[in-house]
Amino acid sequence: MKLKVVIDRKMCKGCGICVVLCPKKILKIDEEGKASVTERQECIGCRQCEFHCPDFAILMGDDDGQL
Amino acid sequence: MKNNIYDKYLVEEKMPTMWCPGCGNGIVLQSIIRAIDEMDLDPEKIVFVSGIGCSSRAVNYLKFDCMHTNHGRAIAFATGIKMANPELKVIVLTGDGDCASIGGNHLIHACRRNIDLTVICMNNSNYGMTGGQYSPTTPLNSFTKTSVYGSYEPPFDLCDLTKSAGATYVARCATYLPVQMKDIIKKALNHHGLSFVDCASDCPSLYGRLNRLGDAGEMMLRWKDRLVSVTQSQKMSEEELKDKVIWGEFVNKSDRMEYTDIYKENIRRAKEAAHE
Amino acid sequence: MTMGSYRIMTGNEACARAAIASGMRFFAGYPITPATEIAELCSELLPKEDGVYMQMEDELASIGAIIGASATGKKAMTATSGPGFSLMQENLGWAYINEIPLVIVDVMRKGPSGGSATLPAQADIMQTKWGTHGDFRALVLTPNSVEEIYTETVRAFNLAEKFRQPVILLYDAVLAHMSEKIYVPDKDEIEVIDRAKPASKEGYNPFRYSDSSVQPLGHFGEGYNIHMSGLTHDETGFPVSNQDTTGLEILIHHLFDKIDDHYDDEIKKYEAYLCDDADVLVVSIGITSRSAKSAVKKARAMGIKAGLFRPITMWPFPHKDLSRYDIHTKAIVTAEMNNGQLNQVVIEDIDRNQKLVMKNLYDGNQIRDIDILNSIIEANKYEK
Repeated sequence: MKLKVVIDRKMCKGCGICVVLCPKKILKIDEEGKASVTERQECIGCRQCEFHCPDFAILMGDDDGQL
Repeated sequence: MKNNIYDKYLVEEKMPTMWCPGCGNGIVLQSIIRAIDEMDLDPEKIVFVSGIGCSSRAVNYLKFDCMHTNHGRAIAFATGIKMANPELKVIVLTGDGDCASIGGNHLIHACRRNIDLTVICMNNSNYGMTGGQYSPTTPLNSFTKTSVYGSYEPPFDLCDLTKSAGATYVARCATYLPVQMKDIIKKALNHHGLSFVDCASDCPSLYGRLNRLGDAGEMMLRWKDRLVSVTQSQKMSEEELKDKVIWGEFVNKSDRMEYTDIYKENIRRAKEAAHE
Repeated sequence: MTMGSYRIMTGNEACARAAIASGMRFFAGYPITPATEIAELCSELLPKEDGVYMQMEDELASIGAIIGASATGKKAMTATSGPGFSLMQENLGWAYINEIPLVIVDVMRKGPSGGSATLPAQADIMQTKWGTHGDFRALVLTPNSVEEIYTETVRAFNLAEKFRQPVILLYDAVLAHMSEKIYVPDKDEIEVIDRAKPASKEGYNPFRYSDSSVQPLGHFGEGYNIHMSGLTHDETGFPVSNQDTTGLEILIHHLFDKIDDHYDDEIKKYEAYLCDDADVLVVSIGITSRSAKSAVKKARAMGIKAGLFRPITMWPFPHKDLSRYDIHTKAIVTAEMNNGQLNQVVIEDIDRNQKLVMKNLYDGNQIRDIDILNSIIEANKYEK
């Protein structure tokens, strides 16, 4: 099973680094100023967003978003 | 945040960090704990020592023995810890102002001694904690709160400095390359001797804003064209290397004895002299 | 029955030997006249005891290194003079707020600034009390002979370990370099106090502010998960929010209470020589107190009821005890090698009916007993 992106909204400060780095362009800063996933099924699990997140707010989880 | 490396090494109740959105310090800290986790080091035998500044606040989030010391003095405190118990892995978390300006003397003398400390510098080219003044690594002509007409102070290349001072492992990485940064930190932690890692990082709220470099995302993408590996750089002219940041290993050698080992030799000599 | 031996040595040698006898196994320092011999002897003796001698790049690094070593379980010290002590004040504050046992020797030379490196003085009395920013309680010991340097060095380590804080041993360049016959006790004759060990690692906090007892110090690398910070912190060692002003106050209270609550029984020490019936009381420390004692004897031979009050615990000053004696006196003489520091302490203890006579000398010479005797005679003329 391929792991996909999960955002910890408590931790996210909405800096937008993950948004510019996502190769599938499936991350955005939402109206609450937090990163959110638009089409999770498109995630290829490259973990660029996770490793570049300065706030420990991105992790990889299973299909149901469980870590 | 359960059953993951963040939970394992970071103090959950201190989160989120006090750093501004997009601050590179968090990326460096993440690379450090990933390196420690992959190396399977015993957390009880690691001590983090930091000074003052945004970088040094990193110890406030770590589930390790931690010492948050005075401005510039982390390496001096760390030297005492290492000499008191050479079995410990002592990691210094510092910034460009902390280790290259107020603590510059301690940095070069630790390199000269080649004492087994790992010094990780979160280098964001300005004093963030005090609101964005120029530091010893601020590029010439760039704008800070104390260089409003452009910085006129020639900056240090911290890798050149530590190399000349005698460090036996010197490398640079950038927050744009966190996986490579983690691998470099692993090598630094494995190295027996003074290891120095210059982590080129961004301060979007101050340095970035004052130099109109865009938001944290734009600043992150700027690294893509500016980073050049050590191998690539060897094929490039000085002109081509202008405004580039060279990353990779500059020094990785074991031709000098490490300081705690030298000291053990001193103890042996003293005891031998006592018997004569 | 004594098992030790009588030896001739200098004050600085006595200091280094007593430190090692107290279990000191980590010395970091920077050469400075007139304290250097302590470093020299430590560099020779410590490696034989598996101890560490480190010559650091400056005094800031010296005290930084001994703080790190002490937090890792070593009894640690440094030795310097006034100019070096000035540099150490920054990290000394870190040691106060984090309650790190340390011994710092300040061998006083004439200042200010570089001053006169080879000339003695007693002008660091206030520097050692107030030396660093913020609120804290300094512990400063002032011996007046080579033998007392030995015994007070041992006491300095014991107080540092017991009360978890820096202790400053303060003496002048004369005592540092003069040779005297002293009794060097055998190891078994020396009472050495080692810091208490925490009862458990589980839920260990590096600090305790609930009462005036000190929290046993866990060491780095032993699994206590210790956090220490120079920022105002709570019992966990983590910085407290600036909004929580009670949290900011409680730490300062503790730094004072842990000393004040144990002062009378465990910390204060002074010599009261012929003080009980004295009309004139001389207050003096260090080498000057020896001239003062001689002057007191001469005054007594002349029929003047003179006495000597000599604080050995200089800070906190034994005010209560001085007051007990000076209530009967008509005058107090302060004798010191500076332009007035002890007199400012004593003035708190006298009332308007008492005269204060100051004998100060700050030209690098010692104060002679005859000069102090003249001050006693002058003071004795005063009618209450």
